[in-house]
Amino acid sequence: MIFIDTLRMATSEFASNKLRTGLTMLGIIIGVGAVIALMAAGQGAQAGVTSKVRGLGSNLIFVKPATTGSSGGGIRDLRSLTLTTDDATSLRDQTVFPEISAVVSQFGGSDTSADTSQTSLQTQLIGNGRNTTAIITATEPNFVTVRNYTVAAGAFITSDDMDRKSTNVVLGSKVAADLFDTPASAIGQNVRINFGPVNLSLTVIGVLATRGGNGSDDTQMILPLTTFATRLPFIRSTNGKQNVQEITVKVTDAGKLNQAKLAITNTIAANHGGTQDFTVSTQDDLLTTANEVSRTLTILLGAIAGISLIVGGIGIMNIMLVSVIERTREIGIRKAVGANSRMILMQFIIEAVIVTVAGGAIGVLVGVVAAKVANGQDFGTGSTITTQVTSTSILVASGVSVLIGLFFGIYPAYQASRLDPIEALRKD
Amino acid sequence: MMIRLRHLSKIYRSGDVFVPALQNVDLDIDYGEFVAIVGASGSGKSTLMNIIGCLDRPTRGVYELEGHDVGRMNDIQRAKVRSRRIGFVFQSFNLLSRPSALSQVELPMIYAGMGDRRRRAAHALAEVGLSDRMHHKPSQLSGGQQQRVAIARALVTDPALILADEPTGALDTKTTGDIVGLFERLNREHGITVIFVTHEPEVAEHTRRTITLRDGRIISDVPTARSTVVQFPGTVAPAAPAAQAAGEAPA
Repeated sequence: MIFIDTLRMATSEFASNKLRTGLTMLGIIIGVGAVIALMAAGQGAQAGVTSKVRGLGSNLIFVKPATTGSSGGGIRDLRSLTLTTDDATSLRDQTVFPEISAVVSQFGGSDTSADTSQTSLQTQLIGNGRNTTAIITATEPNFVTVRNYTVAAGAFITSDDMDRKSTNVVLGSKVAADLFDTPASAIGQNVRINFGPVNLSLTVIGVLATRGGNGSDDTQMILPLTTFATRLPFIRSTNGKQNVQEITVKVTDAGKLNQAKLAITNTIAANHGGTQDFTVSTQDDLLTTANEVSRTLTILLGAIAGISLIVGGIGIMNIMLVSVIERTREIGIRKAVGANSRMILMQFIIEAVIVTVAGGAIGVLVGVVAAKVANGQDFGTGSTITTQVTSTSILVASGVSVLIGLFFGIYPAYQASRLDPIEALRKD
Repeated sequence: MMIRLRHLSKIYRSGDVFVPALQNVDLDIDYGEFVAIVGASGSGKSTLMNIIGCLDRPTRGVYELEGHDVGRMNDIQRAKVRSRRIGFVFQSFNLLSRPSALSQVELPMIYAGMGDRRRRAAHALAEVGLSDRMHHKPSQLSGGQQQRVAIARALVTDPALILADEPTGALDTKTTGDIVGLFERLNREHGITVIFVTHEPEVAEHTRRTITLRDGRIISDVPTARSTVVQFPGTVAPAAPAAQAAGEAPA
């Protein structure tokens, strides 16, 4: 029997059973759509993290305390951080570290590494009669160059601000936009923070350019580290030293990254009496970790969506088993006019595969559209979702849907092919 | 000899009870014959038809169709014989419910792998007088017209044998005459062997040989009483009344 004829038979079967075919297909459409959309979300997150880490600037090494103070443990935990400004100072010795071009300490701040364990010092910020939420970054003047930020209006904090422990502040673009109409109009204005017991009035001296992405670059407010340390004494460690949450080191040459990493590790370990209570990672290390996390996320999302695909397949099997019983007489007629069991088997398998292929194609469309629609939305959570549809996910989803059609179609088709023509014709 | 049955038995089993449907049947039917198989219900007529039609296999004994032992064939081989050599006509027409008459008639050719199907199907429908109903669905046709579609479907693959199981059982008297006349013509003009199962004596009268079954055994096998003895196609027997009437109005 010619393949084309079977296809034609199947399509006319579907044409006369539109509702049932549509509902059967719906299971596959939802399954494939979910696989595509959720994998796009996973891939998007991965791409977002990658571009964010790359966007930090090149040739960077990040030094962090082994425990960064968990948000669950509260602010008291910040006292027990193991990294201090002394460590940063020792890295600034050009004779020991000729390959290091800049060192900047920070407390709080935008989450650089997709490492969500770092405490975000989130605060309410009031200005111009409005209020918004911002993340406090307490740092040093060269933060802006090391981290590759652009100042959109005004200026960044200076070493003079550090020395005077001034109450000058630089706002991220979103914070500025929330409180003031334009970046320029924010300059010179006063803002007020309510951070625990600390109630501080600050003067806006600069606004950063928008960086975008799904991080918190645009929602931060940057203070001089010294000001922060004075006003918020709890960040001092028990031995009176000034704690920091992160030291960013810029290396002159990418080729010297690993060498610098080793030297930094040795120096800080020596400072800490040989204890390695901190981590030193390069951008590549961060990328590797972040990618592992987002790959796990993608697989997890794909697996959840895959379950709905299997449920769709079971739906096909269910409908087909009913349909075989309903079409018993038809099968008997076909056998009487010359069909053998293989031809009947093929007819029913092809019907199942057509449903899944058509459902898969529509599902791909639905998934891609859903991914596009979701791209850039925050769904009220404050962090925008980035989606990225890859050809791999489309291929995998459509391939799996065909396999599901075959797998769940074979048993009903086998039942159909085994029907005894005499029995089948006797049925009314 | 086209059909040769020797000591053929068919025994059905239901639970622990064995029900013999056919017992020790010996039968020869030659090419070009027009045979009626008659008998009360439960006499084994349909079982015999199913075995001759390769839909069923005998429990014991030999069935040879055109020299091939059907009992030794597998499902695929028997399907091939049905497809190439046998046409079926049923009491309840057994048309698919949705396709047009033309598609119904094309169906056996799909399974037989034949080409030129549209033209052949149209030709077969013309043969049974349904040229003007080719695109009608079964629901738009009268009983007699549906049976004509079924006959065209049986005819279209050029079978050597047409098996008709009570083909007029669901039709009124006039239509019965038309359908029987159609079978007579196919037998006479195309030399197709036709075997009828019927319980209507007036239908059996149109055949040339009547085989009577009772309790699974052949109790008589005689030339049909009223028929003019015509052994070969070409020497024309008197046509049945209205046999050539081409198509009746839908019921």
